[in-house]
Amino acid sequence: MRRHLLSAADLTHDDAVLVLDTARELAAVSTREVKKLPTLRGRTVVNLFFEDSTRTRISFEAAAKRLSADVINFSAKGSSVSKGESLKDTAMTLQAMGADGVVIRHGASGAPHRLANSGWIEAAVINAGDGTHEHPTQALLDAYTIRHHLAGGVGDLEGRRITIVGDVLHSRVARSNVLLLHTLGADVTLVAPPTLLPVGVETWPCAVSYDLDAPLPGTDAVMMLRVQRERMGAAFFPSEREYSRRYGLDSRRAGMLPEHALVMHPGPMNRGMEITAEVADGPRSVIVEQVANGVSVRMAVLYLLLGGRP
Amino acid sequence: MPTRVLDQSDISRALSRIAHEILAREKGAQDLVLLGIPSRGVPLAHRIAERLAAIEPEWAPPVGSLDITMFRDDLRLRPTRALERTEVPVGGIDGRTVILVDDVLFSGRSVRAALDALSELGRPKAVRLAVLVDRGHREFPIRADYVGKNVPTSLRQSVQVRVAEIDGTDEVVIGEQA
Repeated sequence: MRRHLLSAADLTHDDAVLVLDTARELAAVSTREVKKLPTLRGRTVVNLFFEDSTRTRISFEAAAKRLSADVINFSAKGSSVSKGESLKDTAMTLQAMGADGVVIRHGASGAPHRLANSGWIEAAVINAGDGTHEHPTQALLDAYTIRHHLAGGVGDLEGRRITIVGDVLHSRVARSNVLLLHTLGADVTLVAPPTLLPVGVETWPCAVSYDLDAPLPGTDAVMMLRVQRERMGAAFFPSEREYSRRYGLDSRRAGMLPEHALVMHPGPMNRGMEITAEVADGPRSVIVEQVANGVSVRMAVLYLLLGGRP
Repeated sequence: MPTRVLDQSDISRALSRIAHEILAREKGAQDLVLLGIPSRGVPLAHRIAERLAAIEPEWAPPVGSLDITMFRDDLRLRPTRALERTEVPVGGIDGRTVILVDDVLFSGRSVRAALDALSELGRPKAVRLAVLVDRGHREFPIRADYVGKNVPTSLRQSVQVRVAEIDGTDEVVIGEQA
């Protein structure tokens, strides 16, 4: 495994399976009365969040605390960053404080890469979402959830068919998932209106479709992406109603899925937009489970990056 | 030159003797749980349990495994280790007599880690230690309750236990470290 986790592409097939296997063993800790391991005692993990993200931050915080690391939360709001401090100066402050791991969420694609490769800090850097680029731990928890249900919790995802639907253009989750699921042997299909597909998507290791109904009967897991209205300066589709009719997952479409298929969503959901409440709360939905698995997967990543000899 | 100090029948006899000793010493203990320390402690725990069940069928104790990786004191001295399985039998360990089973007792550091790992899982009534080989050189105040064979070694030697379930053969071998 590399020293940082910046992109899902940093993980080889064996690395990815190792993370998932480690997460499986660590998941048991979350069911115990004492949800704590001493492994990272004396290590400091800094959550460096330049963008709001309550769920990802508390997931990393819970993961680090269950491994007994000291956690420092650093959010841009109300900090020196809002006074104009540069990423470099922030990084050097963290270095001076003795951070062993930095979990970074940043609005600019590539910020984690800059932090890891500029020689400003010695800490291991974990990308918790950068711009519209990547969110590798979300992809890992999605792969974990799929593997748990469809592959008996072991090995890889060889031959599983995963359909990812919606706002691929603004989604870091989609890119990381395509890369990781491909590494694990799954066949991925992206479904989106042409306006919500990024330039160069034809070079990604996946298929692309503009029609949602066609791939559904052959899908093992369907992943609905949030329509990121806050990142949309311009109009990408005529109306919300048209979007949800063509690309939303409703009961009729859920009925086209095979019996064993999973319905997933990275959250937070726009109920009624990309997914109806009925489907989100339905029997195939593993959306709540994804959150719980997020803690186990992040524990695994923290252990594998910070647990051994530095 | 590696020397074989126990062969298949030696190991079999040693495990049978351990089972008999457990029956004699834990008399009345209907609440035994055997926990093997991965990797080779786990098949050894199963074999001891089979022997206990063969001698007294109503004694068949539950068997599990206890991974100690996250509790080791040398984690930062080596590259990250992969985790092994922890499986606690149904019924847990609270109020029961836990017998930890490992292949080799050496410094005692693994057992120290195992005791810490155990305390996260519950509060056993008592904890005992069974090992196939005790090679000496303790660094902690720890001793085994049940020993298959005491094998005097020098610090430069390495002791390897091989079991059929993992290695395809049953033997204990002493070699010289480079």
